[in-house]
Amino acid sequence: MERSEQPAIWVDEGQKFFKVARRNFVDPEIWQAEKERIFEHCWLYLGHESEVAKPGDFITRTVAGRGILFTRDSKGELRALLNTCPHRGAQVCRERKGSAKSFQCFYHGWVFGADGRLRSQPGEASYAEGFKARESSNMTPVPRFESYRGFNFVCFDRDVVPLDEYLAGAKEYLDIVCDQSASGMSIVAGTQEYSIRANWKLLTENSIDGYHATTTHATYFDYLMNTTDGLTGGRMGGFGIDLGNGHAVLEYGAPWGRPVAQWIPAWGEDGRREIDRLYARLVADYGEARADRIAKMNRNLFIFPNLVINDIMATTVRTYYPVAPDYMTINAWAVAPNEETAWARKFRLYNFLEFLGPGGFATPDDAEALEHCQRGFANNKEAQWNDISKGMGKARPSYDDELQMRAFWTQWNNRMFPPPTVNKAQAAA
Amino acid sequence: MSATMTRVSRAEVEDFLFSEADLLDQWRLPEWLGLFTDDATYEVPCTDLPADARSDESLFYIADDRFRLGERVKRLMKRTAHAEFPHSKTRRLIGNVRVLAQQDDQVDAKAVFATYRTKDGVTDLYVGAAYYELVVTADGLRIRSKRCVLDSDSLRPSGRISIVL
Ligand code: FES
Ligand SMILES: [Fe+2]
Repeated sequence: MERSEQPAIWVDEGQKFFKVARRNFVDPEIWQAEKERIFEHCWLYLGHESEVAKPGDFITRTVAGRGILFTRDSKGELRALLNTCPHRGAQVCRERKGSAKSFQCFYHGWVFGADGRLRSQPGEASYAEGFKARESSNMTPVPRFESYRGFNFVCFDRDVVPLDEYLAGAKEYLDIVCDQSASGMSIVAGTQEYSIRANWKLLTENSIDGYHATTTHATYFDYLMNTTDGLTGGRMGGFGIDLGNGHAVLEYGAPWGRPVAQWIPAWGEDGRREIDRLYARLVADYGEARADRIAKMNRNLFIFPNLVINDIMATTVRTYYPVAPDYMTINAWAVAPNEETAWARKFRLYNFLEFLGPGGFATPDDAEALEHCQRGFANNKEAQWNDISKGMGKARPSYDDELQMRAFWTQWNNRMFPPPTVNKAQAAA
Repeated sequence: MSATMTRVSRAEVEDFLFSEADLLDQWRLPEWLGLFTDDATYEVPCTDLPADARSDESLFYIADDRFRLGERVKRLMKRTAHAEFPHSKTRRLIGNVRVLAQQDDQVDAKAVFATYRTKDGVTDLYVGAAYYELVVTADGLRIRSKRCVLDSDSLRPSGRISIVL
């Protein structure tokens, strides 16, 4: 689709306004173009290495519409294979997860290793000599597959920049999240798989929106009053930061308990000892300043286009995809230190569910807000613009300003409607 | 179990579960909360977990102790619980009620449920089995634990469990 008469975003730094066309949330042509211009070219989260911890472990997962078989092969190497048979296309693995020495496509019985290589097929004698050695006889790996600190990403564009470069400033924050643990992080069993009847970009905005908390989550803060001794813990306050390439983060203090490591009265004296011990380990390993940042600050980290890692009262990894302009599916996990004690794991999960997820005290209200934005956008022909100008022009925008959304939308716009490239010869003339 | 103790019949368990469902359908949540013991739990596991999953080890959708269940009720009665304001209409169909075991004052029961939730022109359906640990008290049956296991692969398209199942 071409850039239409009306721009997708409308920015005026001088007058301090940043507007986003509501058409971007409803137009099927925009949604189609997003599939091609964003999801085909960006690094997308596949899964965490802990989900396939041992050789032979596998999970199947859908990423940007592709069925992917994520395995650890017999040599311990991670693989991301397109879950389709090289013979005549059937899905090779039909289970969500498990452990297997090999995968047999049930249609005609071809057998593949966890590395995707063809091992055997019925009626081998009828095939050409050397058939098995052909690359085309194996399952096809995803075009690009790289990881950063245990988080594995795929990209369907062979020419994409390396993941390391793509992540830009987000790496610093992934490091902080991972440094909670001395022994590495693991995904906790149990996937929250839900949906929202709204455009996927509304969840991007919402996940890094520090502005909506007190009104949308009023009942959650009422609840916190009853568990934290009147919110005596950390105060709300902090900053929003543009991390480059469309990534952004909020970093801020907050009154809730953090399993690594901010104590609240509801956790009692046993809890205080455990939290003190965790905090002392961080100070010993990283010094007081970094320990303080890891333990006491909260982070809502957004990695363009659809990965959110919230390191708040628990730590969640969340990814989401548009199924239609007004419907998205969401998968969310809890991630936690491997060495965590049973006590801390229990409180982490208790904390997680009080706020996060479709049965929590907060996420359903977020979903309600997003769905009502989507309904509001039915008026987009006449009421055309969203405003995300809060905090524009500030030297350091606050965590409850809207810098993060501006970082996202600027990148979104650059990918959707790249400025025409000027031909060098013309430019010189 | 003392020899004189009367056993609880399936019909009694059914009556109890039907009246629980009716309280929920009428949004009489504070009264409903009164059906739970002080040490009660209410859980909804994620749909990719094994049957014996524990909420202190695995991620659930809901894992309330009695304190948080009380907070859930308080929240849902406020107009600032936006997902349920105005309250959705719900209809709970409870069936296949069975008494699984009885020991001392405890009755283990299982029922299946189909819960419809309607709001803003959309009706969602939640289907599954509910496992109860009930306690016989002087005031009648009370709930010590309630675990709702959904049959769906995921929470789609309903997207949320903002009501009590
Ligand atoms: S399609 Fe897989 S063996 Fe034929
Ligand atoms: Fe929120």
